Amino acid sequence: MEKRKKGIENPGKVLKRVMAYVLKNYKFSCIVVVIGIIVATLANIQGTMFMQTLIDDYITPLTKAENPDFSGLMYAIFKVAAIYAVGVICTYVYNRIMVNVTQGTLKNLRNDMFLTMESLPIKYFDTHAHGDIMSCYTNDIDTLRQMISQSIPQLINSALMIVSVVVCMIRLNIPLTLATFVMVAFMLLVTKKLAGLSGKYFARQQKDIGSVNAHIEEMMNGQKVVKVFCHEQESMEAFNQLNDELFHSANEANKFANILMPINAQLGNVSYVICAILGGILAINGFGGFTLGALASFLTFNKSFNMPINQVSQQLNSIVMALAGADRIFRLLDEKPEVDEGYVELVNAKEKEDGTITECKEHTGMWAWKHYHKADDTITYQKMEGDVVFDHVDFGYSDEKMVLSDIELYARPGQKIAFVGATGAGKTTITNLINRFYDIQDGKIRYDGININKIKKNDLRRSLGIVLQDTHLFTGTVMENIRYGKLDATDEEVKAAAKLANADGFIKRLPNGYDTMLLGDGKNLSQGQRQLLAIARAAVADPPVLILDEATSSIDTRTEKLVQEGMDRLMNGRTTFVIAHRLSTVRNSDCIMVLEQGHIIEKGTHEQLIEKQGKYYQLYTGKIVNA
Amino acid sequence: MLKTLAAQVKEFKKDSMLTPVFMIMEVIMEMIIPFLMASIIDDGVGKGDIHHICIVGIIMIAMAVLGLIFGVLGGVYGAKASTGFARNLRKAMYENIQTFSFSNIDKYSTAGLVTRLTTDVTNVQNAYQMILRMCVRAPFSLICAMIMAFIINARLASIYLVAVLFLGTCLFIIIFFATRYFNQVFEKYDDLNASVQENVSAIRVVKAYVREDHEKQKFKRASENVYKMFVKAEKLLAWNAPLMQFTVYACILGISWLGAKMIVGSTLTTGELMSLLTYCMNLLMSLMMLSMVFVMITMSMASARRIAEVINEEADIKNPKNPVMEVKDGSVIFDHVNFSYKKDAKSYVLKDINLSIQSGETIGILGGTGSAKSSLVNLITRLYDVSTGSVKVGGVDVRDYDLETLRNEVSVVLQNNVLFSGSILENLRWGNKNASEEECKRACELACADEFIEKMPEKYETHIEQGGNNVSGGQKQRLCIARALLKKPKILILDDSTSAVDTATDAKIREAFAKEIPNTTKFIIAQRVSSLMNSDRIIVMDDGCISGVGTHEELLENNTIYRDVYESQTAGSGDFDE
Repeated sequence: MEKRKKGIENPGKVLKRVMAYVLKNYKFSCIVVVIGIIVATLANIQGTMFMQTLIDDYITPLTKAENPDFSGLMYAIFKVAAIYAVGVICTYVYNRIMVNVTQGTLKNLRNDMFLTMESLPIKYFDTHAHGDIMSCYTNDIDTLRQMISQSIPQLINSALMIVSVVVCMIRLNIPLTLATFVMVAFMLLVTKKLAGLSGKYFARQQKDIGSVNAHIEEMMNGQKVVKVFCHEQESMEAFNQLNDELFHSANEANKFANILMPINAQLGNVSYVICAILGGILAINGFGGFTLGALASFLTFNKSFNMPINQVSQQLNSIVMALAGADRIFRLLDEKPEVDEGYVELVNAKEKEDGTITECKEHTGMWAWKHYHKADDTITYQKMEGDVVFDHVDFGYSDEKMVLSDIELYARPGQKIAFVGATGAGKTTITNLINRFYDIQDGKIRYDGININKIKKNDLRRSLGIVLQDTHLFTGTVMENIRYGKLDATDEEVKAAAKLANADGFIKRLPNGYDTMLLGDGKNLSQGQRQLLAIARAAVADPPVLILDEATSSIDTRTEKLVQEGMDRLMNGRTTFVIAHRLSTVRNSDCIMVLEQGHIIEKGTHEQLIEKQGKYYQLYTGKIVNA
Repeated sequence: MLKTLAAQVKEFKKDSMLTPVFMIMEVIMEMIIPFLMASIIDDGVGKGDIHHICIVGIIMIAMAVLGLIFGVLGGVYGAKASTGFARNLRKAMYENIQTFSFSNIDKYSTAGLVTRLTTDVTNVQNAYQMILRMCVRAPFSLICAMIMAFIINARLASIYLVAVLFLGTCLFIIIFFATRYFNQVFEKYDDLNASVQENVSAIRVVKAYVREDHEKQKFKRASENVYKMFVKAEKLLAWNAPLMQFTVYACILGISWLGAKMIVGSTLTTGELMSLLTYCMNLLMSLMMLSMVFVMITMSMASARRIAEVINEEADIKNPKNPVMEVKDGSVIFDHVNFSYKKDAKSYVLKDINLSIQSGETIGILGGTGSAKSSLVNLITRLYDVSTGSVKVGGVDVRDYDLETLRNEVSVVLQNNVLFSGSILENLRWGNKNASEEECKRACELACADEFIEKMPEKYETHIEQGGNNVSGGQKQRLCIARALLKKPKILILDDSTSAVDTATDAKIREAFAKEIPNTTKFIIAQRVSSLMNSDRIIVMDDGCISGVGTHEELLENNTIYRDVYESQTAGSGDFDE
């Protein structure tokens, strides 16, 4: 939280990029908006200038006239009214267009962010807090909306206003203009001072909010433990202290923010009064042809000069915040997507009688790797079998620290390979290498003899079915969730997969069967039921190679039995890598890999390993050997 | 609801009262200035009286300075009142949450409570400040400006009355429809963000199934929808600025035309005309401000409601009038106990439970998910109250005990247990504030936690991160057991507390219990038969009923559920986690 609030290095550059982004799709709209703002501002100014004409050219002569003729004034007012009308229309037009510009830009940003995000490597999600990624979509987009829809038009508006008002004021009277400037300079000084103070306290407030939130979150999560240990009093004391600190910093921060507006407003009034006094004296002496009408106009300008300056100073804060948000958004957009240099594709295939393999459109249950040879512009097909080899593989999440070293592994088609070992031994990591969620530092992984770096990532992943330990489901019906494995699966295929996975039984008992809506990651289902759905999802995809991560959490025995049977049926006839927690799974594996701290320390069948009386034996029997 | 919140203003009443008072005084000062301006123009400039200009001018500057002081004071008191109010709200909620029973806690999700304590309070704080500063200021300024205008010239002022009514009605209509649209938009917007969230946490599934394109299409569609709805809602708001301009311009022109005629007819002066034009801006700006305040208040209403809900939530388990302050022994009796989590539930979670357990017995509890094992033991420490029947500890109904006494003597290791940020020692001392380091070590030895703690670089001073994320599941469970042991309870309940501990250590812990604390009644809930089979008696739960009670051998003989589970586990279902 603290880190996120830090300033950005180059606000100017970010602002430029935001503007460029807006202009990319809305160049024409933006031009219209700027023209609209200019016209609206000028219409406003001419109205104020009219004050002078009204008093000097009409009211003063008319009061002296015997028979006042108002037709001239009538004409003048109509003229002003016409320009005003144009101003109002322009105001509406640019406000209306801005709605599309703002929302359209935000939509594009959101889409771009999502598109980029989906293409990022898994590593990005490991190294960035999910909350931070989310806040790009929520907080940062929201502050940006403020900036694009309000701050930027207002800035243009204010700048125009300031320039034209200054021009008009100078035309009316130079000494009074100077007096106004002195007061404005004073106001800016005060604003800067106060904004600095308030900024300091806001930073402190942010920090205090952070610690109060952290405390609340921790204690609310552990509220039941607090109750069980009768720790209410202590928990409250700690909270009260943090709460009081937050009160103090929030109080200071708000105080300085609050007094800025009245101070500036009243300083504006002082400026107004000083001009009135000076102007009055000037007008009486008729200095430089300064008339009563000119004074009236000038005073109105003085008011309208202070307003945009106040607005700008108020907008500055929100612009700085929005730019910080924009910076985070752009940083996400600039992330490097997953690179894919693979060229070998996976295709449906048929085997002709003479043994040659050809590509075909329909699903045949047989796959082939399609090689394109650049050298002689030919294509060859190789039957996909599901043979996986790890050849001296080293891997670390960073180059400094290896998590896996020198992993050697052979899985023949249809074999079942089990990984066992303590949490953190590197079991899950190995499976993440096969589908290239991570790229290895050294060594080679071969899939049917092909280096997996040469296989297109999407085709590689399509050939692997994965059931993860933590089941993630999507908002949608049960049917849609299973179909996630194969988007064009028919209802019958989905149901068949559910039956295979043993999920059919409980799905039928749900209130709307297969059409039951799952909400928020399927929280209306039990852990075991969610796992059954994940198995069904993998089953409908019908992949030649499977990666299973058995759940450790204790689901009840009956559901566990169902899950077990479902998994067994799914594994049947496929090359399977399984991170095993259950004896039955391990025992009928073709090869068991015992991992410890990133090394394979033992491998072999159940019987071989038991005989060896090593680590596996110890895990299996619960007896400690050589301890 | 508002009453509940208002009661929390407490010591900031003075500040809350002073804020609007100062705001009103600021407005008065501000209102006098244009009025005096008329005098400068007419009596000063008009008559060539420089002396008059200076005197009135100085008075006006004094007014502005006073206005500044009042404005600053209003700001200072407003800040104190609103931030203080927020502090009291947080405190009141937090205090009340501490009295919550488990069923109260279940009612709110953790995330829900956190939002109420943070975001909702901030919303209410901002709204409160708005109310104190603007809700008084804006209408007062509107009325004052109107009165001043009427004092200057009633006929011209009536134009303003029309203008205010016109703009007011328009703003009301816009806001009315806009808030309705916006509520719809925000719902869709939340859905969109929820789907992003879903994608972030399930990114491995998306990538594993190569569904990036599918998700992108889905997102684009939803995003397009949100865009359309936002445009629809904001289209309405786009009318705000031009309407305001239209009204102001119309007033200026109307006043200029009529005013000019009046000046010529000598019923109005030039200075008065200028004052009137200044009031015009004041009037319409206040109106604009008022509409903004209105929007903010309606938006914070939902937050206010959520806060009041927590403050008003009444704990459904309270200390009895004359509580029993001592637990005699560790015997437990369930007497015709029926229990359900919801008061109006049609069926019970626990049905007619009768049990009698002697002090010092070790009781194993086995059963499938949802068979109400946890519910059963939670009644012993009175984490929930029975619906009918009674639970007795040491021969006394648990509802007659002082809660703290009861919970200190009956120690539970919860299924979803948590460690808190702080050193290991600090965490252990939750069990007993005054425990010496020796005692803590002793408890850890019993819970087999001592071996891994000693391996840590800073041993017992090792810092535990929030939620205990830097220790493994099994280590966490062992620390939680040690923490519960430090209470030296008469009854110890382990609710599936060794599931992540390997079989050998699990056995060692149970052995230590039997040897070291033989007089403590022990309840052990587990999925693994091996964790239970040595208990004095085992209770088999099935769907809220007791399916069987007896020793391992007895149950193997005559309880089919127990036999099934035992066979399925010995037939091959070990656990390979350390």
